[in-house]
Amino acid sequence: MGLEDKLSKDGFVTAKIDELIRYCQKNALWPMPMGISCCAIEMMAAAGPRFDISRFGSEVFRFSPRQSDVMIVAGTTTYKMAQVVRKIYDQMPDPKWVIAMGACTSSGGMYRTYSVVQGIDLFLPVDVYVAGCPPRPDNLLKALMTLQDKIASGDRKPFSIN
Amino acid sequence: MNIERLELLKSKLQQFEAEYSDTNGSPGFYIDKDSVIDACRVIKNDLGFRSCVDAISVDRFSKKLRFEMIYNLVSIEHNERIFVKVRLDTKSPAMQSLSQVWDSANWYEREAYDLMGINFENHPDLRRMYMPEAYEYHPLRKDFPLMGIPDSIPLPNK
Repeated sequence: MGLEDKLSKDGFVTAKIDELIRYCQKNALWPMPMGISCCAIEMMAAAGPRFDISRFGSEVFRFSPRQSDVMIVAGTTTYKMAQVVRKIYDQMPDPKWVIAMGACTSSGGMYRTYSVVQGIDLFLPVDVYVAGCPPRPDNLLKALMTLQDKIASGDRKPFSIN
Repeated sequence: MNIERLELLKSKLQQFEAEYSDTNGSPGFYIDKDSVIDACRVIKNDLGFRSCVDAISVDRFSKKLRFEMIYNLVSIEHNERIFVKVRLDTKSPAMQSLSQVWDSANWYEREAYDLMGINFENHPDLRRMYMPEAYEYHPLRKDFPLMGIPDSIPLPNK
């Protein structure tokens, strides 16, 4: 019959190259832990044995942005810290993604004040927002799964505010 | 604090025209800003209050003498605590830095300078503590808007 049938009988698998790359990208998302405040504790719990982020291929927390794929911004980002977060994001190689973890990171949260950035999407392109104060590790895992779905769908549109 | 120690404190500070004011059960003294440095040397060396554990800046938002500095002093050997208070001008609040007496006042005064805009003369290192160094405002003053001055702190470009 088709070429595909013949090849699979001989022990070959065929795929589109784009899908193959996406499959590899989404199952080995190495996080850059940008743990700024209490959300970082939940992020650490997600990496621990009870929640075990390695089930999703993300157990390799790299403390160098040059080896990371996804930055998890976990905590209240002040204006002073925003410069640092952006600088680290700029050092990550493409393709790269951002998870905004928790209420403070997503919207300023309860810190409606002069020193806190009211949402990191004011200076970073965010892919997934996680609700909660702090979010449970399950929420972070769900965000990771959402990000994997997003990568698999080939959606590379950066987030933008209308 | 027992009566004898309190009377000793009052008599030692009389030469600086200190005004007694009870502060939540601990003795407090209002001292004029011109004589505060001499008074504090007496408090530290003669009365044994060797550690300055906190300094508080207050914005009373009044027309005259709007600002106030309150120093929290502790004597470990006597197990006592007193407060030294200084009233400061409305327009340009400034006083002698008490880090000349207690080294630990250094960072407390930097914080008060940063957030309340009080100038400390003869301070060894009067830089901002929390806000960016180029920032022009003093956020804990009562006339400062809660959300800050728009665009006063730059964000990185998206």
